[in-house]
Amino acid sequence: MSAACPACASLPPPTGVSPGGPTHILHLPDIHCGGCIASVERALNDLPGVASARVNLSLKRVAVQAAALDAQTMIDALAAAGHRAERLDAARLGAADPAARNLLTRIGVSGFALMNVMLLSVAVWSGATGATAQIFHLVSAAIAIPAVAYAGQPFFRSALQALSAARLNMDVPISLAIVLASAASLASAFGFSDRAGWFDAALALTFFLLVGRYLDHRGRAAARSAAAELAALEAPQARRIEGGAERIVAAGALRPGDLIRLRPGDRLPADGTIVSGRTDLDRSVLTGESRPDPAGPGDPVTAGEISLTGLLTVRVDRAGRDTALARIAEIVATAESQRSRFTGLADRAARIYAPAVHVLGAVTFVGWMLATGDGWRALDIAISVLVITCPCALGLAVPAVSTVATARLFRAGILVKSRTALERLSQIDCVAVDKTGTLTTGTPRLSADMPADALAVAAGLAGGSSHPVSRAIVAAAAARGVVPAAIDAVCEHPGDGIEGLHRGRPVRLGRGAWVGAPEGMSTWLAGAGDRPVPLTTVETLDSGAVALFRGLREAGYRVALLSGDVPEAVSDIAARLGIDEASGGMSPPDKVAWIEDRARNGARVLMVGDGLNDTASLAASHASIAPGRALDAARNAADVVLLSGGLKGIPTILATARSAVVRMRQNIGIALVYNAVAVPLAMAGFATPLWAALAMSGSSLAVTLNAVRSTR
Amino acid sequence: MNVLVILIPVSVTMGLAGLALFIWTIRSGQYDDPEGDQARALSDAHEHTPIPVQGRDKTAR
Repeated sequence: MSAACPACASLPPPTGVSPGGPTHILHLPDIHCGGCIASVERALNDLPGVASARVNLSLKRVAVQAAALDAQTMIDALAAAGHRAERLDAARLGAADPAARNLLTRIGVSGFALMNVMLLSVAVWSGATGATAQIFHLVSAAIAIPAVAYAGQPFFRSALQALSAARLNMDVPISLAIVLASAASLASAFGFSDRAGWFDAALALTFFLLVGRYLDHRGRAAARSAAAELAALEAPQARRIEGGAERIVAAGALRPGDLIRLRPGDRLPADGTIVSGRTDLDRSVLTGESRPDPAGPGDPVTAGEISLTGLLTVRVDRAGRDTALARIAEIVATAESQRSRFTGLADRAARIYAPAVHVLGAVTFVGWMLATGDGWRALDIAISVLVITCPCALGLAVPAVSTVATARLFRAGILVKSRTALERLSQIDCVAVDKTGTLTTGTPRLSADMPADALAVAAGLAGGSSHPVSRAIVAAAAARGVVPAAIDAVCEHPGDGIEGLHRGRPVRLGRGAWVGAPEGMSTWLAGAGDRPVPLTTVETLDSGAVALFRGLREAGYRVALLSGDVPEAVSDIAARLGIDEASGGMSPPDKVAWIEDRARNGARVLMVGDGLNDTASLAASHASIAPGRALDAARNAADVVLLSGGLKGIPTILATARSAVVRMRQNIGIALVYNAVAVPLAMAGFATPLWAALAMSGSSLAVTLNAVRSTR
Repeated sequence: MNVLVILIPVSVTMGLAGLALFIWTIRSGQYDDPEGDQARALSDAHEHTPIPVQGRDKTAR
């Protein structure tokens, strides 16, 4: 594909490049430079069957056109070239909306028209009169009218919608100002009046407001596409048994009645019943409980659970959208819409501002009409009031700040999904955190020291198992330099434990009752000594957890731990982190009730959680954060997702949100001060188109600069 | 002032040409990957399709 000399460049393009969309999209998290682009594209284009490969460095993706290849072949080829790649499910990415491009085109049109009309207006302002001024006005009209008619459509449409619902929104005064200014200027261009032209003002309004709207849209679209990318990365798959052989299919293709095979460590792709095999199920995502449950033939299993130890065959009962997981996610999605009732600063400002603008314009018109009896003059001044009060600065005040703050957080690996999240996060005074999966990683470690020989036997037994306790034992042995003992005839009994022969004596590692020891939290080793030895495990804390709680306490937030796990495990973690308020054994409705109870007492709760058992409380809280490894449903319900950097990002988020809201208030203040000065002048009839243009640009610039100015 | 009869159409035509170019750049997806385009400018590999196919059919942002 590459040619270094001009002669090669004139060769016909290689055959096989057919038009049409990409067949595969891969996520390349590590690419960062031109060299990466070249090596990724070379690696893919060298694969037989690849028609074309195109890297998008901004999105860190590559779009490949290769109908006959599967993603794994390409991922392997990229790995050989030194690039990490992940499959993105193109269907889950969703179609990109053309709205951003559409807005950009409108900005372009109004910007070009604005520049040309400004040039002509400068001539008029600097003193052109008579026929020259008239020609300039006519040329301006010829440029401005079509430009306004095209570029102003988003405002006109939204204003019409609001009016037909008998409401007022910010777009009503905007549309009115744009239309009136254009119409009156058109009349003067044709000589019906000798008043000044407002074409440049109408275009400047359209241009600045479109920029505000574009920023707003960009911020939301970027968050949406990043969230869709997270979802697309998961692409759950299943091993379906078809005529005795296993075939890997997408989880969405499963039907009730299908038989699927699960290996140790697999996440269940659908709801079903175990047909054969025994295992330990990690249900922490659904219940918050850190200890696995044993399960065997006839037991129901639910999508989202992880089979830890045994090989399972499961008959699918419900798949795809019908699984309990998907249904709960849907319920959360509808619950989430309640939060959209929160009105942001911009909406509240607009609610007061929009009627005020109309009243001022009308009062000005009537006042001048009564005072002078000159209809054109009264209309002209009323237009100047409408143009000057028009919320250019107000339209930019909030989107400019949230764009800057969201971009800063995104660079720190934090994804802000909701438009009003920053404002809600700034009001938080209480932080509630889930335990399992959020504060703790899924891997426990051994807590107490035990004799080296017992540990060696336990490690020998646990070596082949993927149960979290087994892995903790192996890790502890490796850390202490204990060589695992040789065990013969190792046999894992999923749900119970592992047994084998150590120097001819039977040894067992597992549940208390199974090895002949008291039933309890710990795992027991029997047969190695005179009596069974307990192996107690504790959960491993997320590396950011300690820093998180120190940061939160220093910033003066109340903290609480809400968990579905057994109270002993919860109080242990709470003690290690110094949290006073900790409740265990909470069901999802308990968590929601806790949050609602706090909300009734005036607290604004931030919920941090990752599992299905947290999704309802994530949606019910004032604001919510989910870690990047959280379940899809939890990430959908959360306002903010921690993509990288982990829990220690939370104090940063809260601090950024508070400073962003301060900045938004400052900006609205600037816009209001500008109006307080400009409106009396305009109502008194002193505003000329030149002053309106200067004031409008000046206040918009001031607001934008205030938004991008660094905090320190 | 008669020169204006020529100058105004010329300036407006140039403005329109600029606008048409800008709209073409948007339509052909040249703002889809600003970072990639920075890097590609320095690459000496020849590209047969400098503008990605997906940019034209508006499926990618």
